[in-house]
Amino acid sequence: MATQQSRSAARIMLAPAVILLLGWMLVPLMMTLYFSFKKFLPLRGGDLGWVGFDNYVRFVTSSAFWPSVLTTLTIVGGVLLITVVLGVLLAVLLNQPMWGQGIVRILVIAPFFVMPTVSALVWKNMFMDPVNGLFAHLWKAFGAQPIEWLTEASMISIVIIVAWQWLPFATLILLTAIQSLDGEQLEASEMDGAPPLARFGYIVLPHLGRAITVVILIQTIFLLSVFAEIFVTTQGAFGTKTLTYLIYQRVLESQNVGLGSAGGVYAIILANIVAIFLMRMVGKNLDA
Amino acid sequence: MARSVTQQRKVINTAAAWAVGLLIFFPILWTILTSFKTEAQAIADPPIFLAFDWTLENYGVVLERSNYMRFLWNSVIIAGGSTILGIIIAIPAAWSMAFVPSKRTKDILLWMLSTKMLPAVGVLYPIYLIFIRMGLLDTKIALVVVLMLINLPIIVWMLYTYFKEIPGEILEAARMDGASLREEVMYVLTPMAIPGIASTMLLNVILAWNEAFWTLNLTAAKAAPLTAFIASYSSPEGLFYAKLSAASTMAIAPILILGWFSQKQLVSGLTFGAVK
Repeated sequence: MATQQSRSAARIMLAPAVILLLGWMLVPLMMTLYFSFKKFLPLRGGDLGWVGFDNYVRFVTSSAFWPSVLTTLTIVGGVLLITVVLGVLLAVLLNQPMWGQGIVRILVIAPFFVMPTVSALVWKNMFMDPVNGLFAHLWKAFGAQPIEWLTEASMISIVIIVAWQWLPFATLILLTAIQSLDGEQLEASEMDGAPPLARFGYIVLPHLGRAITVVILIQTIFLLSVFAEIFVTTQGAFGTKTLTYLIYQRVLESQNVGLGSAGGVYAIILANIVAIFLMRMVGKNLDA
Repeated sequence: MARSVTQQRKVINTAAAWAVGLLIFFPILWTILTSFKTEAQAIADPPIFLAFDWTLENYGVVLERSNYMRFLWNSVIIAGGSTILGIIIAIPAAWSMAFVPSKRTKDILLWMLSTKMLPAVGVLYPIYLIFIRMGLLDTKIALVVVLMLINLPIIVWMLYTYFKEIPGEILEAARMDGASLREEVMYVLTPMAIPGIASTMLLNVILAWNEAFWTLNLTAAKAAPLTAFIASYSSPEGLFYAKLSAASTMAIAPILILGWFSQKQLVSGLTFGAVK
């Protein structure tokens, strides 16, 4: 049993982490809120006074806003679709008996450890370059006109790059979940003559439901703030300007801090909607 | 009884899995191969897979030209420093929540997780401004602190999960024998927790090494780590695929190797224990 003394000691030990995180959360958040109600142009006059909800209205009514929301949702949706579908298939495949399973796992997981700037640049230059890229060579070998990936098919290109980075994460989590599946249940259904597709649909997929939800929630949080992949490839051009990138441009490139901060508040709200669902799932797990 | 698997099915599985595995790994393999080619061979059409003149020249050029070692050193300091600092702060916190839980423990854990959800871009300018005012923009200290803070929730969670698995009876026995709190943590808990602490550190080094929002936005010339070094290759001049590949290989190799050792921790660490 914890004594009074150990309880107060515990509180002291917890304090540094709590205070730091509280500061990290509240101080910048308050400042962002403060700036969002001001006309604030650091390079052109600085603080030009309070403007109420002007920035919020201007951010939403600017011609770049809705396209950026659409771009963000397309990237999140496209990457989620690819990584979850392929992730489930890969997890099922990797769970089969085979030779060299450990090595295949290592190969599949590797992209997750590549830093985003490296993977974006490698894809951009060595695969998607319309003259010297590997895809261009491949297209030419079949007599086709090479695609200018990052200008003509910019969104598809970004989705491919980001999905390649996140597929390992989805696969690894789904594989972990599949391995906890009760083998006897599968065996019994097999003996009862259930075909493979039925076994997958009625036993494996329902078992993976929870893991799929976790993958979707966690990836969504990271995908909403994809940055480096766009920074080193298109710089937001060719219709790849996400909400994150739009805010970044407002704040650091055009130095309109008020407007960017209002955008930041929108981004925070968006992320929190997703976060609430994730927290519920994790919270339930803590009770169990 | 294990299900008997026909040899034929195992062959098919193996072939399919290896094909998919190699396809996914291919961009990395191609980068490594290209780093040993000459620039002319790097863009040859049709592409050359293995029959090229292997050369280490690109590595020499990258090392010589771009001050690679300074970027590498910055990465090591930033990833290592933020990890060590985070561990020092997280161990007492995770210890107290795992062994002296209170009514609020669950809420605190969830709240810590929620700070991780704050989109970085939403607080970019305030952080930027704070570091300018403190004269810390483009310093390693700034990045050590920021990366420590963004990863602190993950560190606390992982340590909490590991500490939870240590049987409380052993700690009680130590307490009965008159061990002080400090002795209990130092001599009983720590040795048992070392594997958990090690894998937490491993995962955190990987996350900090690859972090590419704050490292790109809070650094310029002095404190820039490898993420920024590679980003500087985004506007190429002339032939550069082989050199880009050499630089990329050097930037990812250490973490790729560490990462392969930490697959298991990755799952529980990044899902906050929701999938085990």
